Amino acid sequence: MPEKVNADQGLDKKMNKSLSSNSKVKHFNKKESLFHNYEDFEETPTSAAVITVLGYAILTALGWLRDFLRNIGFEEKKTANDPNPKDFVPLYQSYECFYTRNLYTRIRDVFNQPIASVAGAKVEVMERLSDDFNWTFKFSGKKLPSINLGSYNYLGFAENQGPCSEQAIKSIEKYGVTTSSTRHELGNQQYMKELECLMAEYLSMEDCIAFGMGFATNALNIPILVGKGDLILSDRLNHTSLILGARLSGAAVHTFDHNDIQDLESKLRDAIIHGQPRTCRPWKKILIIVEGVYSMEGSLCKLSEIIELKKKYKAYLYVDEAHSIGAIGPRGRGVVDYWKVNANDIDIHMGTFTKSFGSAGGYLAGKKTLIDHIRVYSHSACYSSSMSAPIVQQIISALNIIMGRDGTNDGQKRIQQLACNVRYFRRQLVDMGFIVYGNDNSPVVPVMIFMPAKIAAVNREMLKRGCAVVTVGFPATALTESRVRFCISAGHTKEMLDHALKSMDEVGQLVSLRYSKQNRHRRWHELNHADYDKEYLS
Amino acid sequence: MTRGDIESLATDFYDLLESFKHAPVYHLSFEIFLVLAVSWLVFFRKPRPIEKKLTEKEKQELIDEWQPEPLVPSVDPNHPALNVRVLDGIVGKTVEIDGRTSLNFATFNFLNFVGKQRIADKAIQAVQKYGVGSCGPRGFYGTIDIHLELEERLARFFNCEEGIIYSYGFSTIASIIPAYSKRNDILFVDEGVHYAIQKGVEASRSHVKWFRHNDIADLERLLAEQEILDKKNPKKARSIRRFLIIEGLYVNYGDICPLQRMVELKYKYKYRIFLDESVSFGTIGQTGRGVTEYYNIDRQKIDLISSTLEYAVGSIGGFAVGSSFVVDHQRLSAQGYCFSASLPPLLAAAAIEALNIMEEDNTTLFETIMDKSKRLHKKILSIKGYIVNGDEISPLKHLRLTNALNTIGRLEEIVQFAQTRDITITVARYLSDEHRLPEPSIRLILNVEMNDEELEFLCTVLQEALVKVTT
Repeated sequence: MPEKVNADQGLDKKMNKSLSSNSKVKHFNKKESLFHNYEDFEETPTSAAVITVLGYAILTALGWLRDFLRNIGFEEKKTANDPNPKDFVPLYQSYECFYTRNLYTRIRDVFNQPIASVAGAKVEVMERLSDDFNWTFKFSGKKLPSINLGSYNYLGFAENQGPCSEQAIKSIEKYGVTTSSTRHELGNQQYMKELECLMAEYLSMEDCIAFGMGFATNALNIPILVGKGDLILSDRLNHTSLILGARLSGAAVHTFDHNDIQDLESKLRDAIIHGQPRTCRPWKKILIIVEGVYSMEGSLCKLSEIIELKKKYKAYLYVDEAHSIGAIGPRGRGVVDYWKVNANDIDIHMGTFTKSFGSAGGYLAGKKTLIDHIRVYSHSACYSSSMSAPIVQQIISALNIIMGRDGTNDGQKRIQQLACNVRYFRRQLVDMGFIVYGNDNSPVVPVMIFMPAKIAAVNREMLKRGCAVVTVGFPATALTESRVRFCISAGHTKEMLDHALKSMDEVGQLVSLRYSKQNRHRRWHELNHADYDKEYLS
Repeated sequence: MTRGDIESLATDFYDLLESFKHAPVYHLSFEIFLVLAVSWLVFFRKPRPIEKKLTEKEKQELIDEWQPEPLVPSVDPNHPALNVRVLDGIVGKTVEIDGRTSLNFATFNFLNFVGKQRIADKAIQAVQKYGVGSCGPRGFYGTIDIHLELEERLARFFNCEEGIIYSYGFSTIASIIPAYSKRNDILFVDEGVHYAIQKGVEASRSHVKWFRHNDIADLERLLAEQEILDKKNPKKARSIRRFLIIEGLYVNYGDICPLQRMVELKYKYKYRIFLDESVSFGTIGQTGRGVTEYYNIDRQKIDLISSTLEYAVGSIGGFAVGSSFVVDHQRLSAQGYCFSASLPPLLAAAAIEALNIMEEDNTTLFETIMDKSKRLHKKILSIKGYIVNGDEISPLKHLRLTNALNTIGRLEEIVQFAQTRDITITVARYLSDEHRLPEPSIRLILNVEMNDEELEFLCTVLQEALVKVTT
């Protein structure tokens, strides 16, 4: 049964929990036996943490040594030079670029890897070679066909053939590529209205407004919803766009521990009881900002409990469903669908079209009064060019497919395929002994690798075996929590997933990635494949 | 005082000292303790704040009583932003509104690339190769070879070392400024810059010194004041970066910045110049390379040139060009670049084709647009009753009525009347929290493919509209 929130407990508990020491949370909803919601963040093994910190310490010490050698002229300075005279104030402080010069450049080849094809289930990565340890790159001309486990292509709409791209091409012929005008002037095209109506229907909301960039949707619209005298309670692991929007709004921002309902409640109570700092005036309004699926952790927000809190304390709720819309829930309607809550309990729905719809842009949905306010005051609507026709058409086509309006059940098949793929992939990784963070149902699968050198090793070895993966370290994650983050797609076939798992098994053996203390360490051939296959095909 | 008094004082003092010597130790120590205690009480004790400890019941009452404001205030349903005309077709040189075709002087379609077949063909080819979206940020397999090609082409066009592209015009300059300028730095910003720059400046949290629009004397005054402060504290001055943020051609005013003088001052006062050429790219200069070409200034002296792909180029997105030293930093520090999905490949392909057209050997686009802008400027000046703001070679002009007549209501009437005569123009729209809200105006934008007759017709309609509105 889900934990009941106790108000007094919330007041007394002031534990500062880090993510990795968070204990296991098991929710088995007895109402639906098919609905399995399990989230786990296994603790970092002490030995791994110690060696990771030691690793960074050695790299830092080496970095100081190399900087010293560069300063005395013993070693060549490979960074570009300021074309301005020497008496200008330096553009970058030396310590700001320390990380870039000495840590990032060593493994620069695993980031920003260019591709030369559609970012679908399979992708062609352009091979880059470097003679001088990643300071400069040359393209060899070779294209490496790889399984794409890095792009956000949850429902597999990143295709260059099929009904979506055909309709996008027709829209280019009808409307051109842009309008060169804003929504307030001559950029208000019929296709924008069509998209907004369709999206509002999809989310079961009164109205919706769409923008050309997901990042800008957060950063430029949060300032018009809250301002000075308001309070924002933001999850500690929220995306940069939400943090920027909160900062630009001028409202006070307090963070609560990731997915920690008790911490959120205690902060809500404190805010209402004590009011604004120094003046003690009551807050004008309180906005809680959370994400549907957190892209670095793979965790889902505890939506039902947050809604309970929000109603109890009369706060407003903003949910950023960038990664969850289309990818989570039995009908692909996001976390609202997953937790079976009333969509109207969330005041502002936000999401992006980049991930599950294979397009670009973002949206905000809610009551008509809210959306009217945004239409009038949004920075994007007043100053940015309106969305491009083929981009909008791709979203409309994808939505029609997902909602089954095209006459096929392709949409529902994609959603089920994704759910199948996710379960299949995760189960086997966990059973092999890797530490996998996050919710069992999230299409984002982070596998912990901890040490800085392994970030590069895993990426390079997986690419050699034909799998393009994304590895992230500091500063995108905490210092000791580097990970390889798989993004599963409905476009992945069972063979592709098997190949990826086999590669991960080999790389895991080569680089020693099996850290789990809860599960046995097993090689891929030791797993009972018949079980997984049976579940996959059901 | 007499000698006797002094003698008696001295005797008293001597007696006092003697009594100290003879007093018991406990007495003396007690006296000293009292003196110390009193002096501590008077001078050093801080008054302890009275702690407000609320009971549970009081806390619950506070929680129950608290009423938040509504999430958003109600909006007037007649607000123009809620009643924008809905279009359904190409918004090119002409636009179809309510079944009638009208000439379009309202969109930023300077070179008439919107709806051009060549560009549409290339965009279609890109969809057939790459699909529509790029499905990821630049760091995670969102970098497609077509992005690298576009960056290289833009850098080559401007003869700079490196280029970087963004997926949204507004976010370009709004992400660039905070990537370089931090809390302790100083930004000298022209008051007339457009909203995206104002947001970038706000996001940087730097000290901002606004100078009057295009007023070099005012800028020099601010620089001189800063120099005096620097001399007082040279150590601190060595760690404060300074930037000048200006536009090549101002969207809100239509006039060109006095760039030569600003470059001279750069070497005198040691600041870096960030030049936003959103409007001047593709419209000013012999080959469309902006104000640096127009004034014949070496582009290496400008630290960073940023612009948009949404105006002259006829695509979506933005870019920045400059030396590798400056541009490369954005790849890790600009939020709009690192944390956002990359530009859809079809839009990058459209931009590359637009650049191809602009770089053609026998192109007369730029000569033509500057020439036509001059002619339009003269024609409108000849209509008494309008004030035209903007340089004569600027393809973007702001039209105002004289003095007290200049209200949004009257300008909207002019726009509506023009629409009935099949001329589409627009009142420039701003949000109320602009740093310096410009006066209401009609923003006229010249399309390079407008011929003389059409320009004449525009002026005729404007004249008639003026008569209608002022009688």
